[in-house]
Amino acid sequence: MKYIDEFRNISIATKITELIQREARGLKPVNFMEVCGTHTMAVERFGIRKTLPDNVRLISGPGCPVCVTPKDYIDKAIAMADIENIIVFSFGDMLKVPGTSSSLLKQRSKGKVKIVYSPLDSVQFAEKNQDKKIIFLGIGFETTVPTVAASVKYAKKKKLKNFFIYSGHKIMPPAMELLAKDKEVNIKGFLCPAHVSAIIGVKYYRIICRRYNIPCVISGFEPLDILQSILMLIRQVKSKKAKVENQYSRVVKASGNIMALRLIYEVFSISDSDWRGIGVIKNSGLVLSKGYRDFDAEKNMDLPDVKTSVDKGCICGSVLKGIKTPLDCKLFSKRCNPDNPYGACMVSSEGICAAYYRYRK
Amino acid sequence: MKTITLSHGNGGKLMHNLIKDLFLKYLGNPFLNKLGDAALLNFRTRKLAYTTDSFVVKPLFFPGGDIGKLSVCGTVNDLAVSGAMSKYLSCGIIVEDGFNYATLEKITISIRDTCKSAGVNIVAGDFKVVEKGAIDGIFINTSGVGEVSNNSEISVSRITPGDKIIISGTIGDHAASILLAREDLKFKTGIKSDCSPLNKFVSSIICRDIKFMRDPTRGGLATTLNEISLASGYDIAIEESGIPVKESVSALCEILGFDPLYMANEGKLIAIVSKDAATNILAKMRKHALGKSARIIGEVKKEKDKKVYLETRSGGLRILDMIAGEQLPRIC
Repeated sequence: MKYIDEFRNISIATKITELIQREARGLKPVNFMEVCGTHTMAVERFGIRKTLPDNVRLISGPGCPVCVTPKDYIDKAIAMADIENIIVFSFGDMLKVPGTSSSLLKQRSKGKVKIVYSPLDSVQFAEKNQDKKIIFLGIGFETTVPTVAASVKYAKKKKLKNFFIYSGHKIMPPAMELLAKDKEVNIKGFLCPAHVSAIIGVKYYRIICRRYNIPCVISGFEPLDILQSILMLIRQVKSKKAKVENQYSRVVKASGNIMALRLIYEVFSISDSDWRGIGVIKNSGLVLSKGYRDFDAEKNMDLPDVKTSVDKGCICGSVLKGIKTPLDCKLFSKRCNPDNPYGACMVSSEGICAAYYRYRK
Repeated sequence: MKTITLSHGNGGKLMHNLIKDLFLKYLGNPFLNKLGDAALLNFRTRKLAYTTDSFVVKPLFFPGGDIGKLSVCGTVNDLAVSGAMSKYLSCGIIVEDGFNYATLEKITISIRDTCKSAGVNIVAGDFKVVEKGAIDGIFINTSGVGEVSNNSEISVSRITPGDKIIISGTIGDHAASILLAREDLKFKTGIKSDCSPLNKFVSSIICRDIKFMRDPTRGGLATTLNEISLASGYDIAIEESGIPVKESVSALCEILGFDPLYMANEGKLIAIVSKDAATNILAKMRKHALGKSARIIGEVKKEKDKKVYLETRSGGLRILDMIAGEQLPRIC
């Protein structure tokens, strides 16, 4: 496939791997974090970890939107789908996440949950079915928020009274900053997310880079992108000068996508947010802003109280922070596997546990 | 409480466990235990293959096919990959109260047309109507019997290390077409289901050097290869770069986060053939319209861990497991 195969070229990959081996010789062991779930998946799918020298360790970050969505969010979404006349719309991979006693997948078999690829499809469904209330599960980072914001604006323009967002949206830089500070995680370089950066540009990473002296490279998702970015990080570590570099310049502009950013902050405003396994991170979430509160599912609906149970034995939190790997978890591949996921990291195709299970087991 | 979920029906691990722990436990016998696509029965001096299949596809009509066409192809193909040429099929149709007559007629015409192109006849039938809501629209079951060709000896026990693995064409077309139609995804792709009867194609290639065949339907190429590995006991290794995938299917998969290796096909077959005859059989396949994009994709290994390995395009090696749960479009 054009523009994909070029970035999977095995002979170039071998050359970069050799350069990495050479440049890393004598380097003190370093932890680099690939922040984004799609990076994690690509790293496993293409077997990149195995090609790296022992002193360069890739750890997986919290950039899988499904994995960091707290369990009580899922429980509430399931409860919403139980209410008569409500149909819940969601991105596909949210459906398998187990709630306390059910999952959205089970609700789907009752016809109360529908999968969409674009939130705009859900608002159009709302427009055609005004006797029903539509709730869209707003999950994801800066990459997905603009389309959700656009659908809210569309609903406002069409004066729809039956379209709501249950926002679990999160933004990436505050989580990265928290990890940058964490001595236990001890990150010496970030592979910054590709598509999030296409929206937010480079300036947020400059702050993190300056404040914590951590090299940052915005990396594409293909094997050559990732390998080149790792090489760039190693070179920065060796030169002892942390800076922000953009490996994915074919997609990411320094200024980001200004139109998308404007759209996000017109419709949403920043709030604190709970990250599964990590806890509440200040200013890391998005809720509907003042002018758009009529579309906020939580503010406009009587939702039943839900009881959420605590995950016993699940170490998704430490795994999401990169302190532990899935192999350290007692549940991994035994009680917790893709057929019967226990923690969220096993559910999403981008989750680190699913990636380990699928490609390494 | 234990319940049956959609994941029990997708051809993957859960379904295999269900078959083993429930159906074989109570219904097992030497014929059924083989878990072949069709049962091979001796009838006086003749060898017959017998199979059945039920069809519950949603939506009923999709680019490249419909439930009627599918229900003929499914049974014809299960017999064909067992080396048997079918002539006679039975067809049972169950619809719910209120089902549109014109739709039923359209499906029936499609069954007729597919039978014609496959050279088979529906010789026994059944029709039931159930209360509205008791089923989702229409379910169809077909069964078929066919005589095993004298030229063929299809048996998983004939598989030996060094045998080559051939796929008869591009993978994932059927599942991609269904996905686009079912989830109402607004992509303009031109992707069509590959749904077609394989019996004439098999007739044109059948010979003793073909040791085993299977059509990679539910669970796709990866799951079917796992079944073959489990049944034969040998490891299998395939190369990603050799596996034919249409550009449009592969692009759709990249966007949605799907893996074409796990996507269903309805007009393809996997053949395990003896090493020396592989190029010949491949050439024969390519002469037929249904085998134009056939490729040798890998081989049977001597190791006996019952695992399937994929050598990736960028040189890595990974285990290809059976499908787990449903593939669902990812967020971003």
